[in-house]
Parts: sequence; C-alpha cells; structure tokens
Amino acid sequence: MKKEWPLWEVFIRGQHGLNHRHVGSLHAPDAEMAIRNARDVYTRRKEGVSIWVVPSAQITASDPGARDALFEPATDKIYRHPSFYDIPDKVGKM
Amino acid sequence: MIQESDLIASDILYEWLLRRGDTALILGHRVSEWCGHAPVLEEDIALANIALDLIGQARLWLGYAGEVEDKGRGENELAFLRDAWDFRNVLLAEQPNGDFGKTLMRQFLIDAWQDALLSALKTSANERIAEIAVKAGKEVTYHLDRSSDLVIRLGDGTQESHRRMQAALDALWPYAGEMFSADAVDEAMAAAGLAPNPQTLRPGWDETVGEVFKQATLTQPQSDFAHKGGLTGRHSEHLGHLLSEMQFLQRAYPGAAW
Repeated sequence: MKKEWPLWEVFIRGQHGLNHRHVGSLHAPDAEMAIRNARDVYTRRKEGVSIWVVPSAQITASDPGARDALFEPATDKIYRHPSFYDIPDKVGKM
Repeated sequence: MIQESDLIASDILYEWLLRRGDTALILGHRVSEWCGHAPVLEEDIALANIALDLIGQARLWLGYAGEVEDKGRGENELAFLRDAWDFRNVLLAEQPNGDFGKTLMRQFLIDAWQDALLSALKTSANERIAEIAVKAGKEVTYHLDRSSDLVIRLGDGTQESHRRMQAALDALWPYAGEMFSADAVDEAMAAAGLAPNPQTLRPGWDETVGEVFKQATLTQPQSDFAHKGGLTGRHSEHLGHLLSEMQFLQRAYPGAAW
C-alpha cells in the first residue's frame, strides 16, 4: 500500500470576477480534505474567496524537451500582436 | 465606565470571562505545542492556524476581563502573570496532547461545546460578549467541521487508527462533564440574560457528538463521572507544567516586549 497521500494542485480566486490562479500543491487523501488543507495552507492571509483542487495526476503537461518546437516558431511573428494599428482617438482606451 | 455593571456584579462577570479566556488560551497553547511536530505538513499548518484562532479568542475575552476587573491588568498580565490556581479553564483543555488521536479527540469534544456555547452567546444581553461570540463563532464552526471530519475518518479508518481514537475517547470522556456544570456564577449570568446555563447546552452537544461517534464507529462511554475543579481553580498536575513553559519569558524577563 502506498503510504503517501496523493498530490493535488491548488487554484485560488483572489477576488470575485478574477480567474482562479494556480498557487501551489499539497497532499491530501481525497478532494474534500484537499480543499480543507488548501484553506489552511494557502488562504491564511485572506488570499481567496474560492478554491479549486485538481489531482496532480490528472494534469497533462507539455514536454519541456519540446519547448523549441512548440514555442520558438512564435517568436519571429510579432505581427500577431495587434500593435501595428493606429487607434482612432474616438475609440478611447482599449 | 462599564455599563454592564447594571446587569451583573463585576466580580461575577470577571470570573465568567476568565473561564472563556483561559479555556481558549490553554487549549490554544496545547495545540501550538504541535507546531513543527504534526504527522504531515498540511496538518501542522492547520493545527497552528487553530492555535492562533484560539489565542486570538483568548485575547478578546481576557482583554475584556481586564477592563471589567478594573485593576490595571490587561490580556498580557492575565495570561502571563497569574499562577495555576488563578486559571479558570476547563480541565479538558489542559490535558496533555498525547498522540494525534488524543489531541484531535480533545479538540472535537471542546469544539462541539464551544460551537453550541458561542451560538447561544450571540444573543447575549451584553453587546461585547455578543460581538466576541460572533467573531469566535465563525472560527469555531470551522474547527468543529474539521475535527468532526477527522474523528470520523480516523475512527472509521484502519484498525490502528480506530484503536487510538477509541482509547482517546475513553481517556478524555471523564473530563467532558465539567463543560456543562453550573455554579452560582453561571446561574447569575443566565439570570441576567448574559449567557446560557451550561446545563442547557448538554442535549445538543450529546446529539452532535453522538452522531459523529456513530459514523466514526466509536463507542461512547456510558459513565457519567466527571472530573471537576478547573473552573474554580483546582487544576490537574498538568497545568503548572504548561504554564512554566508558556509564561517562561515574562517570568524570566519581566516586561519584555517585541
């Protein structure tokens, strides 16, 4: 039997209207206790109004070794940023 | 000037406030002894949070007690410069931590009582008491939620965890009755509409803990025997040892401050 509790990724929403953000991870035997532990570990200084937990094993990550193939091609395509347009004054703040 | 003196003699109110403050302080100190020693990191932080909640509650009760006493003593003097016989916490709060199961069982028995007491105090005729009860009540609701969940998980867990939880319950049960004992102080507080008579909290508490023990597959002891004395200053041998550690700094370096 594995003695270590499974790992959970913790996401906290700091304020209403903002997105949940990844803040870290912790160990817990199940989702309910992961929420409690997250409350105790990550919201001690009023960081949040909502908590999500996700089993770390459920996260599929991109391969760090494939970084160049995945992300390098975007670096010389600055025209994908909408920064080559003059915005008329009457549009106001974008 | 303390307007509450219209409702009750200040020495009675002071005595009652010490019972609240000292129980929170002593339990808080006990729980803080786990800091750095808990079975897992997450639990360590959770216990430290609870200890801090309790010490925060103690500050509110003892600060008010100092004002009522009106002899120039504040929360610090009351916490660090009284000796064991001046403390008014329930005996259960000062019982040693033992293993994690015993710490948890002590917490659960007290949480269930505090939760019921604080809910009743929210409608106290004394505004200050009601305000403290609202603030502390939120914290204790979470403490109870957490301790009942863990009692159920460990009671209904492995053979080993079940054995430890049952042993903890058997060892601590004789200290539960004191939480519901009532003397002249309690009766005067109840008569003035400032606090419930502790005896009235027992049926609700019995129901709360009975339900949790059932789910936890734990057997509730049948004995009604109750150790008493903490609320009137007659403590077990453990309190002196606890105070010698908790009060060391102020005793060795009087007046030391951050």
